[in-house]
Amino acid sequence: MVKGKVHSFQSLGTLDGPGLRCVVFMQGCNLRCAYCHNPDTWNMDGGTIFSPEKLFEKIKKFKNYFGKEGGVTVSGGEALLQSDFVKELFVLCKIEGISTCLDTSGSIINDSVKELLRYTDICLLDIKMTNKEDYKKYTKGSFLKTMEFLKLLQERNIRTIIRQVTVKGITDGEENIKKLLEIKKNFSCVEKIEFLPFRKLCSEKYKKLGIPFPMEDIPETTEEKILELNKKLTED
Amino acid sequence: MNFEQWSGFNKGKWQEEINVSDFILNNYKLYEGDDSFLEGPTERTKMLTDRLNTLLRLEREYGGVVDIDTTTVSSLTNYKPGYLDKENEIIVGLQTNRPLKRGVNPFGGIRMARQACEAYGYKLSEKIENEFQYRTTHNDGVFRVYTDEMRKARKSGVITGLPDAYGRGRIIGDYRRVALYGVDKLIEEKEKDKAEKGLLDMDVDNIRLLEELHQQISFLNMLKEMASMYGYDISLPATNAKEAVQWTYFAYLAAIKEQNGAAMSLGRVSTFFDIYIERDFEKGILNEKQAQEIIDDFVMKLRMARHLRTPDYNELFGGDPMWITEAVGGVGTDGKPLVTKNSFRILNTLYNLGSAPEPNLTILWSEKLPEGFKKFCAKVSIDTDSIQYENDDIMRPVYGDDYAIACCVSAMKVGKQMQFFGARCNLPKMLLLALNGGYDTLSGINMGPSMEVYSDEVLDFDKVWQRLDKYMVWLCRLYVNTMNAIHYMHDKYAYEKIQMALHDTDVERLMAFGVAGLSVITDSLSAIKYAKVFVKRDENGYIVDFDTRGEFPKYGNDDDRVDVIAQSILQNVSDELKKTPTYRNAEHTLSVLTITSNVMYGKKTGSTPDGRKKGEPFAPGANPMHNRDENGALASLNSVSKLDYACCRDGISNTFSITPDTLGKSEDNRVSNLVSILDGYFKNGAHHINVNVLNKEKLMDAYENPEKYPNLTIRVSGYAVHFNKLSKEQQREVISRTFHTSI
Repeated sequence: MVKGKVHSFQSLGTLDGPGLRCVVFMQGCNLRCAYCHNPDTWNMDGGTIFSPEKLFEKIKKFKNYFGKEGGVTVSGGEALLQSDFVKELFVLCKIEGISTCLDTSGSIINDSVKELLRYTDICLLDIKMTNKEDYKKYTKGSFLKTMEFLKLLQERNIRTIIRQVTVKGITDGEENIKKLLEIKKNFSCVEKIEFLPFRKLCSEKYKKLGIPFPMEDIPETTEEKILELNKKLTED
Repeated sequence: MNFEQWSGFNKGKWQEEINVSDFILNNYKLYEGDDSFLEGPTERTKMLTDRLNTLLRLEREYGGVVDIDTTTVSSLTNYKPGYLDKENEIIVGLQTNRPLKRGVNPFGGIRMARQACEAYGYKLSEKIENEFQYRTTHNDGVFRVYTDEMRKARKSGVITGLPDAYGRGRIIGDYRRVALYGVDKLIEEKEKDKAEKGLLDMDVDNIRLLEELHQQISFLNMLKEMASMYGYDISLPATNAKEAVQWTYFAYLAAIKEQNGAAMSLGRVSTFFDIYIERDFEKGILNEKQAQEIIDDFVMKLRMARHLRTPDYNELFGGDPMWITEAVGGVGTDGKPLVTKNSFRILNTLYNLGSAPEPNLTILWSEKLPEGFKKFCAKVSIDTDSIQYENDDIMRPVYGDDYAIACCVSAMKVGKQMQFFGARCNLPKMLLLALNGGYDTLSGINMGPSMEVYSDEVLDFDKVWQRLDKYMVWLCRLYVNTMNAIHYMHDKYAYEKIQMALHDTDVERLMAFGVAGLSVITDSLSAIKYAKVFVKRDENGYIVDFDTRGEFPKYGNDDDRVDVIAQSILQNVSDELKKTPTYRNAEHTLSVLTITSNVMYGKKTGSTPDGRKKGEPFAPGANPMHNRDENGALASLNSVSKLDYACCRDGISNTFSITPDTLGKSEDNRVSNLVSILDGYFKNGAHHINVNVLNKEKLMDAYENPEKYPNLTIRVSGYAVHFNKLSKEQQREVISRTFHTSI
């Protein structure tokens, strides 16, 4: 039986996907984003081991709170590293009528991932950077892979919300917005774009782990900046 | 019967008998829309609000009391009419001759009245002192019959907050009857009842009832006289919306002039008023602005209601509350929501007049409430932290669709049921008594079954549970008997004449018991069961502290291993209480509610095995202990919702604080997420929740700089308070509570 490594669990999630959702943070990540908020999820060695059933039982206790919009969101780390496990979990949720949402960078594609998408209602796709060079430079991953993943979402007509962390001087420019809007135009499965402010609350975590925080010197993104970018989204 | 004032109303049983509920069901107009129709305050309302705010500021500056009339005993007609602004008021009537001036009410106890005057630098007049020298008060009566053991339980604080020195409260007159039927009709009906009862055998019960009916009738006459002093004749039914509100308010005003009960709740008037408002709309004699203005003015009057209290009392019930609880919303037994536009208007007063603790607006929540109303309630909560929610879906099957809430969480059928209110027993203290064989190490008092002090060094769950059982049997019986003594004397010496006149003559009675420290005793027992608890003794061998080693599950984390302990304690207390008969055959009920007394209860309780140290506050009501709920907001709510309303019919109070950012990204998100939380919590069968949406930093700032937050209102435990009116100690306790955040 497949088991999963779970980093942590949040019963009242209001920021990751529509409505009120239980959020499962999976352990382990294949990317190394320079602004990563949760470096403690990188290593595959940590986490608590769960069977899909056991985790499902935990989620089910909160079913009454989900309302029409809410449900479960599996995030990470990178959830796709444990796609077999997440799929099992999502199947159980679907049977119970609980909406499933996957929060991912879309950086892994294989048969197991494709299988998982069959049981995914909503995808929060984190398009970290909108050009190949930056993507490689700041995440150690591949932009084209993410775009390929988006195609899978489109083919399956999965409700998609594109997300991006806004970092001053890197993802807050005109070019970036233009690209995102273009993507949205070309993929009808994308229903909206969400900007998340870059925050440095994680600075302590890096210190504790003894890992250098590459963006230590970049200022946090303000609420005003996010509002300004949101406005630009609607202007065009 | 028929009155010309009833023209335009749909016919029904309500015309054949006193039956406000039937009138409402036959006449109300369900509103399923949103809040967009609401009107803001008029210039007149703003002017009067300013005037009131000035007075409130003055009251704060004078240390909580602006003025006391020390020479007049509060009653219906003892004061000349008082006004906030005679020319501009729409609804009139004050408790005394001037706004915020407090009267004295010595019927509950002269000592308390005297001390209260002195606490604010006044002296109770010779006239009243002399008058009451030859008069037995409720307090005198109770102490004549208290046994030694009752006194010990009271003194040690194992039972605290007994209403033996002031009005018991928690009785809700059906104030609407005055508007619908007029006072003359009510008198006529009571006369009829009295004649009928006179045909029965003259046993003790019947003689007492006949005397009560005599008093009820005499106070109904006095109610008419009181209204006439303000220039109104209320012998006949109200003819329009303004009169309906005025008549109803006069009835309520009479009650708070006569009684200084702890909780003087209003009932369920909003939808009732809406019927009159809609009729006026149809006639074209009222518009929305004017309708809101009437409700605003009415609420302004309610916000001026005051009772004179002692500092001791304030320690139990912080913030000068009156619990003018108004139940809003709910659903009819036919499944149709009882929401009207006026359900919105009464909530809208929190915007028009600013947020405030009174009236204690209580939403009777049901899955079936219209979406627009649910959202408006959530918005009001987020904006004002001033309202509370109770589960209509679990109360309606028990109390029907015309019940209201007395105080914080106590449901009763309006005009058909009344309550004998009674304090709460301190469960953690009971546990410590059980361990020390009946000796209270804090007060040095010996009471209850006499046993050897628990002799082992490590506490064994089964042994402790057996001991606990013995002390529970003793305490529950003592508690019921104490309450019987209190309520016998209250009926005898401080009977609620006007309130009971607005009840059916054959009224059902509830006797409401309570527990404090549920989460402390639960976690303590869990520690004993799942960790290793070593006892520490004083030089005499009494257990005074504990050394708890290892992990144990804590209540508030949705962990059945411990949540089941809380459930069985409540079930046991409830079962045990029911074994001792009550005065006037009242039905035993139980609440898990502490008001702000959780601070004081903690002070009177030694260290407990859960790791709480001597003197530290308990968590309020049914709340998990502060910051022990480590699995997030919903897990905490799930634990509370497991407590069974069936054995806690007097209510289970939970106060919930969450930061705005945790609740959602945008205002719309926050509103819909709060609706989801409430729907989920109540679907789980939970009974009550206070919702605060705020940051801890704000409270800490208000603690340091009170002048910056004159109107900061928060929900504490079944009611709301101005944060500034709490004692510093109570404020610290509120700040130390769990604020649910997400990381």
